[in-house]
Amino acid sequence: MAWGVVIPDVVAGLFLGAFFALVAVGYSMVYGILRLINFAHGDFYMVAAFVSYSLLAMVTVGTHLNWGNVIWVGLVTMVAAGALAVCVERLVYRPMRRAAVLSLMIAALGVSQVLENGVLNTPGWGSNYLAYPVTPPSNGFNVASVHYTWTQLAIVIAAAVLIFAVYWIVNHTMLGTAMRAVAQDRVAATLMGIKTDRVISLVFFIGGALAGAAAVMASLYYGQINYLMGFSIGLQAFTAAVLGGIGNVAGAALGGLLLGVLESVGTGLFGSQWALLFAFGALVLTLWLRPTGLLGERVGNRV
Amino acid sequence: MGLLEVKELSLRFGGLDALSEVSLEVPNESLFAVIGPNGAGKTSFFNCLTGYYRPTAGSVWFDGIDVTRCPAHEVAALGVRRTFQNVRLFPRLSARENVLVGAHLRASASLLGILVGTPRMRRRERQLAEEAESWLAYVGLGAQAHVLAADLPYGMRKRLEVARALMGRPRALLLDEPAAGVSTVERDELADVIRKTWRSGVTVVMIEHDVELVMKLANWVAVLDGGRLLVQGPPEAVRNDPRVIEAYLGRRQR
Amino acid sequence: MPLAPGEPIVPSSAAPPFQPPAHRRLHPGAPVAAAALIVAVVFPSVVQSNYVTSVGMQAEILMCLALGLNFVVGYAGMLDLGFAAFFAIGAYTTGLLSVDAHWPVLATLPPAVLAALIGAVFIGFPTLRLRSDYLAVITLGFGEIIQNVVNNLSQTGGPEGVYGIPALSLGGFTITTTTGYYEVFLVLTVLFVAANYRVRRSRLGRAWLSIREDEDTAQAMGIKVRRYKLYAYMAGSVLGSLTGSLYGPALIAIAPPSFGFNESLLVVMAVAIGGMGSIWGALLGAGVVVAFPEVFRQFAAARLLVFGLLLVVLMVLRPKGVWPETGLGLRRGRRCGRGSWASGWLRPRRRGPDQLVEVEPTEGDVPVGEEVEL
Repeated sequence: MAWGVVIPDVVAGLFLGAFFALVAVGYSMVYGILRLINFAHGDFYMVAAFVSYSLLAMVTVGTHLNWGNVIWVGLVTMVAAGALAVCVERLVYRPMRRAAVLSLMIAALGVSQVLENGVLNTPGWGSNYLAYPVTPPSNGFNVASVHYTWTQLAIVIAAAVLIFAVYWIVNHTMLGTAMRAVAQDRVAATLMGIKTDRVISLVFFIGGALAGAAAVMASLYYGQINYLMGFSIGLQAFTAAVLGGIGNVAGAALGGLLLGVLESVGTGLFGSQWALLFAFGALVLTLWLRPTGLLGERVGNRV
Repeated sequence: MGLLEVKELSLRFGGLDALSEVSLEVPNESLFAVIGPNGAGKTSFFNCLTGYYRPTAGSVWFDGIDVTRCPAHEVAALGVRRTFQNVRLFPRLSARENVLVGAHLRASASLLGILVGTPRMRRRERQLAEEAESWLAYVGLGAQAHVLAADLPYGMRKRLEVARALMGRPRALLLDEPAAGVSTVERDELADVIRKTWRSGVTVVMIEHDVELVMKLANWVAVLDGGRLLVQGPPEAVRNDPRVIEAYLGRRQR
Repeated sequence: MPLAPGEPIVPSSAAPPFQPPAHRRLHPGAPVAAAALIVAVVFPSVVQSNYVTSVGMQAEILMCLALGLNFVVGYAGMLDLGFAAFFAIGAYTTGLLSVDAHWPVLATLPPAVLAALIGAVFIGFPTLRLRSDYLAVITLGFGEIIQNVVNNLSQTGGPEGVYGIPALSLGGFTITTTTGYYEVFLVLTVLFVAANYRVRRSRLGRAWLSIREDEDTAQAMGIKVRRYKLYAYMAGSVLGSLTGSLYGPALIAIAPPSFGFNESLLVVMAVAIGGMGSIWGALLGAGVVVAFPEVFRQFAAARLLVFGLLLVVLMVLRPKGVWPETGLGLRRGRRCGRGSWASGWLRPRRRGPDQLVEVEPTEGDVPVGEEVEL
């Protein structure tokens, strides 16, 4: 097997991984703080993509890409996605704090259905694949005879900056300490004076915002959006989070990159219809052989 | 060799030594009490005995068999049953069903029997049901057979746990603070149950803070403090041992 | 050594007599079940509509699947989000064997069940020891993989699936009408109900329930938890696959879209809506899940949206489902809820420090919904 064939896949995988990482970090943080696999997280991503689509469609003339527009739309989308996440947390998960895990998951699935069908039924959106209003320019640079655009580079850098910012907040600020405290022992955190409800909402906001950023970037990159795009990214992001070690930011990011590469190389070798199979194969193997993930907390039982 | 024995048992959590080189022997058919201040490692001791925790070092023996690395269900199969400090019943099962689970290892298991309801299966189930009812009556819960465990008041839940343990016809019954949080009246009833059980030949090991209960029931006492075995002996001797007094009350300030 | 109870202890008269809450009914009893069965049997002749009968058949199919999932989710307490995988295994095994190898449908049932069992062990063995949330995603993945596989392999007909599946023949009778298959699935439903009922009252059922309630304590009773979890998964797979095997002949053709996450989700919803662990709940939930889109057919695509909303509302207000095995709870008196938004409108909000603990609403005389503040 000529390595030259694989390298472009690896690099493409790193781009893919950047999106996974962004969504995975959000997923992982929510799981860390509430022990909830938020099945609706992928749908926050999807709704964000549609919101950004409509915003950009409003301000874009033809398909001329104005970076200023893209940036402010991106920021607005992040805030909107974060707000959506907080709404869901307040309305659905908070009242169910003491319910069984099963009921919580079903509620999350219900939210997912509401979001997906909501988008499906919104006039102007619907079930078709929608072409993103702007296409990023394809000028760029070449490395080893493969062409990479400046846009791709910008996306990767933006993702890295965001993830690093979150990492820094979680690990080097009082707020982050509060988050980690709430994640480990909610009652004790309250006794210390931490407003746990607010911290939890904030975590949801950050998770949603990251998903929103990922949505804008991915929409730019792939050029189209669809109301079911949240489902697969949700699963893949969760896989990435577990792969890297759920509950921590660095792990989720690393897991995202790794999964992106794995999927990309795998589908390059065997065909794109097996993409999900790779993701799940990775998940099952990780949980079987190394449940801690690469960097994370212990999973499973005691003795 | 006693029915239960531990040799140099140590259990370490991160930086904390829950148990340090504890060696003791529980004689067969004794009523053995384990006492000590809070945090002394008593429940950890039970957890190692029953296979819930794997000790960091040392060994656990039941009737001459090394059970140190055995999972909980195997230790249970050998004839060890326990109750828990914070009463772990199956909340959404009725009292009767909770007790029936205690007989899991004795109930009939054939799939055909379950699906079709063979006479043999029905007979076995009936026998077990009758036995469960009698155990419930034994602990004074005869009228509550169909009440969900979650609906029972605390004292009754403690007694239900004992009934469930006894249904397993154990050779060793480990009771973790059976009298915690119960009224004086209930405590005396519980003491009756424990004494009766012991008299029928079950080796009882009891973690307890209630000194009166220990004095009344036990024929041998071991004191743990800070994860170590401090002293062991007959109840009166232990009670008056200065080391024990110091462990509970602290050293006299000069 | 013999251990016999001896004479019972009489609780002292000093303690007040204990008043348990009104005995929670676990099931409405045989007369209602018999009546329901009679209604179900004559249903097609009463409605005289092929369409309505086929909806009834769909409801029965979902009931069968829900009863299978009930072993896994309801009894053993493990969340399975990929149950459609077993449905698919049954349907495709029967479909392929009867179409390609010309086996009579009945003869395909054993291999289908065997295939499902193999799948259950293959996936279950390494993963059932995991925490329920991880297990949920793994089972979801399994469902996705199976759907992916049958969609992509030419041997399974690819995206078009398998068509021309022969009719089921029992004894001399070949069943070809919708009503006929309605009755077939009715029989299957009754059999599955009976299986659930009997298992619930057996050692196996008690073992599963105790695992659901408290795994560690169950193990302390001598129950081999890992093994029993696998048994639950296997039991569910058998029921799912049997349902799938008869699905093909009923519909003559099967295709990958019927076996995806949405379908798994429907089964989970049926069990959750109806009430986890309860047989009547599973039947009720399946009925609701099938009936709902039909009743609201005029809203077309929006009905799924409404359904999702109702599901969320239901879970928030009644997490245990409509009719869980702990009973309908109708006699509990006015409940103030646990801080849900519905109750928030009924009670004035109190300003103050973050709530520390909410007192768990209990039956009896403890005031409900009080919040404790530090």
